[in-house]
Amino acid sequence: MKVLVPVKRVIDYNVKVRVKSDGSGVDLANVKMSMNPFDEIACEEAIRLKEAGKADEVIAVSIGVKQAQETLRTALAMGADRAILVIAADDVHQDIEPLAVAKILKAVIDEEQPGLVLAGKQAIDNDMNATGQMLAALLGWSQATFASKLDIDGDHATVTREVDGGLQTIKVKMPAIVTVDLRLNEPRYASLPNIMKAKKKPLDEKTAADYGVDVSPRLEVVKTTEPEARKAGEIVGSVDELVAKLKEAGAV
Amino acid sequence: MPDFSPFDSGARSPVFFDETLVMLRDQIRRFVETEIKPHADAWETEGATPRALLRKMGDLGFFGIRYPEALGGSDLDQRATVVWAEELGRSTYSGVAITALVHTDMASVHIFNAGTDAQKSKWLPRCIAGEAISAVAVTEPGAGSDVKGIATRARRDGDDYVLNGAKMFITNGVHADVYCVAAKTDPEARPSQSVTMFLVEKGMPGFTVSRPLDKHGWRSSDTAELSFRDVRVPAENVLGREGGGFYEIMKNFQNERLVIGAMAMGEAQAALELTVEHVRGRIAFGAPLWEKQGIRQRLAMLSARVEACRQFIYSTASRAAAGEDVVREVSMIKALAGELVNDVMYDCLQFHGGMGFMRESTIERMTRDARVQSIGGGATEVMLEEVAKRM
Ligand SMILES: Cc1cc2nc3c(=O)[nH]c(=O)nc-3n(C[C@H](O)[C@H](O)[C@H](O)COP(=O)(O)OP(=O)(O)OC[C@H]3O[C@@H](n4cnc5c(N)ncnc54)[C@H](O)[C@@H]3O)c2cc1C
Ligand SMILES: Cc1cc2nc3c(=O)[nH]c(=O)nc-3n(C[C@H](O)[C@H](O)[C@H](O)COP(=O)(O)OP(=O)(O)OC[C@H]3O[C@@H](n4cnc5c(N)ncnc54)[C@H](O)[C@@H]3O)c2cc1C
Repeated sequence: MKVLVPVKRVIDYNVKVRVKSDGSGVDLANVKMSMNPFDEIACEEAIRLKEAGKADEVIAVSIGVKQAQETLRTALAMGADRAILVIAADDVHQDIEPLAVAKILKAVIDEEQPGLVLAGKQAIDNDMNATGQMLAALLGWSQATFASKLDIDGDHATVTREVDGGLQTIKVKMPAIVTVDLRLNEPRYASLPNIMKAKKKPLDEKTAADYGVDVSPRLEVVKTTEPEARKAGEIVGSVDELVAKLKEAGAV
Repeated sequence: MPDFSPFDSGARSPVFFDETLVMLRDQIRRFVETEIKPHADAWETEGATPRALLRKMGDLGFFGIRYPEALGGSDLDQRATVVWAEELGRSTYSGVAITALVHTDMASVHIFNAGTDAQKSKWLPRCIAGEAISAVAVTEPGAGSDVKGIATRARRDGDDYVLNGAKMFITNGVHADVYCVAAKTDPEARPSQSVTMFLVEKGMPGFTVSRPLDKHGWRSSDTAELSFRDVRVPAENVLGREGGGFYEIMKNFQNERLVIGAMAMGEAQAALELTVEHVRGRIAFGAPLWEKQGIRQRLAMLSARVEACRQFIYSTASRAAAGEDVVREVSMIKALAGELVNDVMYDCLQFHGGMGFMRESTIERMTRDARVQSIGGGATEVMLEEVAKRM
């Protein structure tokens, strides 16, 4: 079985984001970019499936600007076998929306015929949480979102999902789309020898046009603003004073 | 301290670092953030960095950066070493950093440069895996800057050499498995022809750790005084040519000094980053201290000097990788970085106010750690003499 892992290049989660002065989005010039952390978890899971003999090949796919090839190299260094880069934008500030990404992924999947797609539950840049679901709909495959545990058994997968207030375990028929949550695993380091090996692994380059997908945006960003700065706290002298203050603020 | 800093735009520039080196930097940084920083306070108290951590570094290939693939390494050049040293320096625990850096770039490197095939295949795969840790022992109680002044003697006796003497300030001295030891084989010869390097193994009769040393900084690094009393070292443990030791030591100083420079600039970056964070959050006279131009301009100038020194290191590493002779530049870097990191620490501690004087603050430890950077591996004055000779 082939496992396909879509990986997105996003602003690194440690970077303090700055809103562009015209409010059109976040400034990405000279900023560290990394693999979306949820995609790293998906990639780790796919590699573990291969190590457990449940998958034969792990293919990483990224859709976006040319620089996303760095993200794919990271996936290869972790242990993916090969990578496909679909260039769909030339400006780092252009985000490809979930529907366009799902359409391109569908076209790649039609060619590659994987038995499983492991994706992040959402990208940390725009938190859409939509690509996996849209892809499942386009393909007519089963889907299991927010996975915190995954077991593949023949033509079925058992997935534990993190839902509000608890865990839900479901059984889905393969082929399937599984989107992964934070607690599924802890991604490995790419060791230096594996970074060196990744340089020699195949990385195919395609464009959105190769798949006939129109990536022009359907959403208009009206405004981007910084979150409100945290206000200074207040030191209280005693528990009684604390309770009084909380009552005053209507918190208890 | 933020995990990503303004210094990174230079550290990730393709002018010096290709995709491989950027990935290596990311992996080392993640390792530092998760495997070192949360745990290293305990190692400072214990006086050494645990072997388990060094094994993990070995597993990830960090000890094989410069060694050939056949031995388990990755065959990269000086630029990768600079990335390794800079990121370790940035950890804020330079005792941990120096434990690893002495092993990779000051000690095991002697085995690689001068060793026979048998010596290399015996030691390097284990050094690369982190199973064996190495030390280099040149300095003595009576001779540091003046390497030619060492008094440890190695006298030929049949198939062995017999070593007598003492070594001082030896990093990894307590816990290493293999020591590259400089001794005089022919005291009558010209000083530059009189020194030979030996591989001395832990447990050889007569070789003992006289005492672990109690240091001002680098407290998570084990440093020792060593004693050699009639230690019989088999002739097959001679490292390189008899009488060629001085040349080998001088040759590796070039790499060593680049490494110390990069490490020092990693320390300086980390100190500036955490000080900027501190003064932005500290309110005095009605506003964050950052609002005082006197403070922020001083930090801005220090960051300009650090950036200049880093770019000097990057370009020198790139030139060294291309095979150019950079002795002059490397001597400049050791002198410049060793002093600059201390200037940075002085001001950064100052801007922490009373907290900077407290053992619980990071900057207090970093200031102690930085002090040795203008002494070890070639004191500033000695480095400036090397520069002056080339003016
Ligand atoms: C923590 C630590 C770890 C170390 N690890 C190792 C190790 O692993 N292996 C090893 O072999 N050595 C090691 N050293 C030794 C280190 O390399 C020496 O301390 C250094 O070379 C200086 O030698 P010294 O201490 O004997 O000082 P000295 O040679 O006595 O010099 C004292 C001072 O005199 C001045 N000076 C010296 N020469 C000149 C000159 N020509 N002109 C003007 N001024 C001069 C300098 O300011 C110098 O600091 C370590 C040292 C320390 C502190
Ligand atoms: C060992 C020790 C003993 C002490 N003993 C006592 C004691 O017995 N009683 C007592 O009351 N206090 C005591 N102190 C406190 C000491 O007086 C304060 O640490 C000192 O006044 C600095 O204040 P701070 O630590 O809050 O630093 P901050 O006020 O936070 O200042 C931090 C730094 O910012 C810079 N800075 C501050 N203001 C300005 C400005 N306007 N313009 C430009 N730069 C500025 C300075 O470099 C300063 O070091 C002690 C401190 C120490 C370390």
